[in-house]
Amino acid sequence: MPVSLSHFLVVAGLLLVIGVFGIFMNRKNIIVIMMSIELVLLAANLNFVAFSGALHDMVGQVFTMFVLTVAAAESAIGLAILVIYFRNRGSIEVEDVTMMRG
Amino acid sequence: MIVNLAFYFFSFILLASAVMVVTSRNPVHAVLFLILAFVNAAVLFLLAGAEFLAFILAIVYVGAVAVLFLFVVMMLDVDFAALKEGFQRYAPVGALVALVLFGELFLVVSGWSTLAGAPAARLYPTPDNLTNTAALGNLIYTSYLPLFQLSGMVLLVAMIGAIVLTHRDRKRSLHQKLSAQHARTPEQTLRLVRPELGAGVSVPASEKEAT
Repeated sequence: MPVSLSHFLVVAGLLLVIGVFGIFMNRKNIIVIMMSIELVLLAANLNFVAFSGALHDMVGQVFTMFVLTVAAAESAIGLAILVIYFRNRGSIEVEDVTMMRG
Repeated sequence: MIVNLAFYFFSFILLASAVMVVTSRNPVHAVLFLILAFVNAAVLFLLAGAEFLAFILAIVYVGAVAVLFLFVVMMLDVDFAALKEGFQRYAPVGALVALVLFGELFLVVSGWSTLAGAPAARLYPTPDNLTNTAALGNLIYTSYLPLFQLSGMVLLVAMIGAIVLTHRDRKRSLHQKLSAQHARTPEQTLRLVRPELGAGVSVPASEKEAT
């Protein structure tokens, strides 16, 4: 691998930090929070793939695939919940999500 | 050399578009920058040697997940300007947390080293004579078959869940109910009467409703 592992790790770390920062910044906008979660998962995938390439081990790529699957399922369910929440409430503010309790 | 240049170029675009996802005022722009970030991450996957996953990322993520986000953002008629207020209020806390997290990650990245026996302990070394897709297929259809099937179940449950959550009966729809039509008998709907001449028939109110 021509590019060293540390380069990938730094990029993935920055991506994860940007994702966490996005969760803190957009406290009200749940769509952007979900996009930030996607960024965090992408950083995790980048780490998996970088280690898989550097250590010549295929298992990292297998687990990247599982992470991709779970992330896709998560965003589909999350967006479905968001749509019915908006249908009931008329807004997507995170702060009054507590009304979803039973 | 050119690989290094490509790495810096695409990772810079990746990080810049990630910043734009987080900070842009219009969520449609945020989704478009998310697509850009995914495409650049796919190129980084290619540079790391995971070709199949790079194309999975480009096809599944850009083609399905990001477009799903785009649909939802455009479908919901949300006052996004109101959602943005408080942006400045949360910025210092977010920056502090991000700085601490990055410091910790940097310490980890700069301080770690590989154990001497670690390369020998590889679970499934990358085969040299196979393409990446073939090697991945050899693995997920043999050793990781149960997990692979399970991830398919996760997707199935997510699909059913999303449909059940968002489906609603349309009360005003005029579609034909064949079962109800076939279950009707003449006794339920028809009554033969022989009216007396000049007197007519008195129809009960309930039957008037039915007609």
